[in-house]
Amino acid sequence: MNINKQFPRALEDEAIFILREVAAQFEKPAILFSGGKDSITLVRLAQKAFFPGKIPFPLVHVDTGHNFPETTDFRDKLAAELGVELIIRNVEDSIKAGKVKEETGKYASRNALQTVTLLDTIEEFKFDACIGGARRDEEKARAKERIFSVRNDFGEWDAKKQRPELFDMLNGKIDLGENVRVFPISNWTELDVWNYIKAENLEIPSIYFAHEREVFDRDGIIWSDSEFINKSEDEIPYKTIVRFRTVGDMTCTAAVSSTADNIDTIIEEILEAEISERGARIDDKRSEAAMEKRKQQGYF
Amino acid sequence: MDILRIATAGSVDDGKSTLIGRLLFETQSITKDKIEALKAASQRKGLDFVDLSLLTDGLIAEREQGITIDVAHIYFNTPTRKYIIADTPGHFEYTRNMVTGASNASVSIILIDARNGVGEQTRRHFYISSLLEIKNVVVAVNKMDLVHYAESRYDEIKNDFFELSDKLRKPNQNITFIPISSLYGENIVVKSDKMPWYSGESLLGILEGVTPEDIDSAVLPFRFPVQHVIRPKSEEYHDFRGYSGKIASGQINKGDMVAALPSQQMSKVKEILKYTDSLDSAHQTESVVITLEDNIDISRGNMLVKVGAQPELKKQINARIFWMDTEPMKVGKGYLVQHGINRVKAKVASIDSRLEISTFEESENVDELKLNQIGEVSFKLAAHIFADNFEANPGNGAFIIIDEFNNNTVGVGFVK
Ligand SMILES: Nc1nc2c(ncn2[C@@H]2O[C@H](COP(=O)(O)OP(=O)(O)OP(=O)(O)O)[C@@H](O)[C@H]2O)c(=O)[nH]1
Ligand SMILES: [Mg+2]
Repeated sequence: MNINKQFPRALEDEAIFILREVAAQFEKPAILFSGGKDSITLVRLAQKAFFPGKIPFPLVHVDTGHNFPETTDFRDKLAAELGVELIIRNVEDSIKAGKVKEETGKYASRNALQTVTLLDTIEEFKFDACIGGARRDEEKARAKERIFSVRNDFGEWDAKKQRPELFDMLNGKIDLGENVRVFPISNWTELDVWNYIKAENLEIPSIYFAHEREVFDRDGIIWSDSEFINKSEDEIPYKTIVRFRTVGDMTCTAAVSSTADNIDTIIEEILEAEISERGARIDDKRSEAAMEKRKQQGYF
Repeated sequence: MDILRIATAGSVDDGKSTLIGRLLFETQSITKDKIEALKAASQRKGLDFVDLSLLTDGLIAEREQGITIDVAHIYFNTPTRKYIIADTPGHFEYTRNMVTGASNASVSIILIDARNGVGEQTRRHFYISSLLEIKNVVVAVNKMDLVHYAESRYDEIKNDFFELSDKLRKPNQNITFIPISSLYGENIVVKSDKMPWYSGESLLGILEGVTPEDIDSAVLPFRFPVQHVIRPKSEEYHDFRGYSGKIASGQINKGDMVAALPSQQMSKVKEILKYTDSLDSAHQTESVVITLEDNIDISRGNMLVKVGAQPELKKQINARIFWMDTEPMKVGKGYLVQHGINRVKAKVASIDSRLEISTFEESENVDELKLNQIGEVSFKLAAHIFADNFEANPGNGAFIIIDEFNNNTVGVGFVK
């Protein structure tokens, strides 16, 4: 078999080790759960790490209110099946409370606004560790991140002051008010995640598979039509077959033209892909340093 | 599938990031959108070529200064295996990030600028690679284009390097030499026709030929640091008590007699679990849950070992230290020592010597270790640790040093 279709088991051992360190080193950790493939992978790893015990962390979702209903339904179902607590906080409430302002114009998105709601949620529950499904292969600022990434009282990331991280020894010692972002699948690539989903036979939201959808074109990218996007008059929606490679807020996640409707064809497609996964993220296109700037402010 | 972990090393501007960019570019591992972004960014910088170092220099400050500050982890696959490359900074000030990247590598690629030859950072990084017990060192003489691809210059550098490496070289260390040009892609993925005098393989060819350490887990002692005790207390698993952890070294079989440290209580391995699977045996680096025949008192930070192959319980350790903080390490000062997952209070009893990188000689009578200095240190510990000699068993012989007051990781130690 093509070795690129095999999942390297060492990655699972590493991720499980990291999750167990989180349970041991922190008082109040949480998994940031979006309902996307990376966070589904995380939940699976947590299930394995503590079996036959239960996952010792709640799932936390910062909902922009602009998520795909397929993902939020999936999120609710998975949490219920696992019997894990699901905490949802809404960007809508941060807007109503006057803490953030809704963006306007053609590219208006709530993606960046999430950060404020996330930081408030961390404070509300006094979370000292937030486990995320970010991977270093996604983006060049993420390639620089540690597995235990320390954030100050304001949730900020100081890239120049990261702690050395040697061998597999993780230092999660922090002061009150600080928190750590933990990335157990740092060393996984998009392909590794898909191979894992296949090997573990994991269920994922339907929007990852090719389906018919109402879309329109903008800047050479296929956008899913929705009431949350401000279209101009010449942006005319049409129906076509697409799927999503990454799932975020509807206003910042582009669809790709694809007929891959099962896991094998998806893996085949990724092996051949000429465009990176985040090439489908409109939020990264804002500037070369878009991700780093968001992270400095507390984005995950 | 195998994973091979590689780290780059060498002085600032020797071309490490460019090399990684080139390697990815020529193995078709960079997607179209990323190539477009690289082109645009190079143009913005006023360059008339595509600067491949921009692929890994992902921070704003790095792009502004044109240097690497922190380690970037880069991934690519060949038909043979998955590669994880740590592109580390060459700048002296950020040596801690070089060590971070190198600590998990089985191959260290040390670059040397053909014009400058062997320098202080070459010596330092080779020393660190050896200290970390990295078995494969590839010395790449880069920027051969700037010395007219001259064999004589290459040989000169090779001789200089072997002069220094002979002093430190470990018997089981492989050192391979190669002349390259990262900028023009000579000898990176395919063999260059500019240097017909070079008879070896391309860099990728060399890497593909490395066998990831056959860590002979059968000969190394079994060390299992307990991370977390799993006690579900559910109806179905009412009496279940499992010890979870990642095997630091060696291997374990069902039915083996083990001792728990520090209590020395013994029991027999009942089951080795990986999720719902029950295994007959497990090896180094596997994350498992172990259950025992008897209920003995074991908690996080304890260690399971095989009866008859126990490490010494140490309350006093001697170690080689690499110091990573601007605040120097001082005799008499207290720190936390984290060996694997086990954290204990520690005090610096004495600093017995300090390494001079320029001569590889040790000076005595030192009372502090400054940023990026290496020395031999004795610690007094508040509780036992269960460490082995690092050279003999790297999986269980290293520790980090944490500053109790600012929580930073300030040093790394290798147990003697
Ligand atoms: N002529 C020539 N220039 C090169 C070569 N390789 C790299 N360079 C140039 O050398 C400069 C430094 O390259 P980098 O790749 O950033 O060096 P580095 O080793 O990563 O530097 P640090 O990460 O800051 O230590 C850049 O201007 C490169 O274009 C080469 O083979 N030939
Ligand atoms: Mg560099």
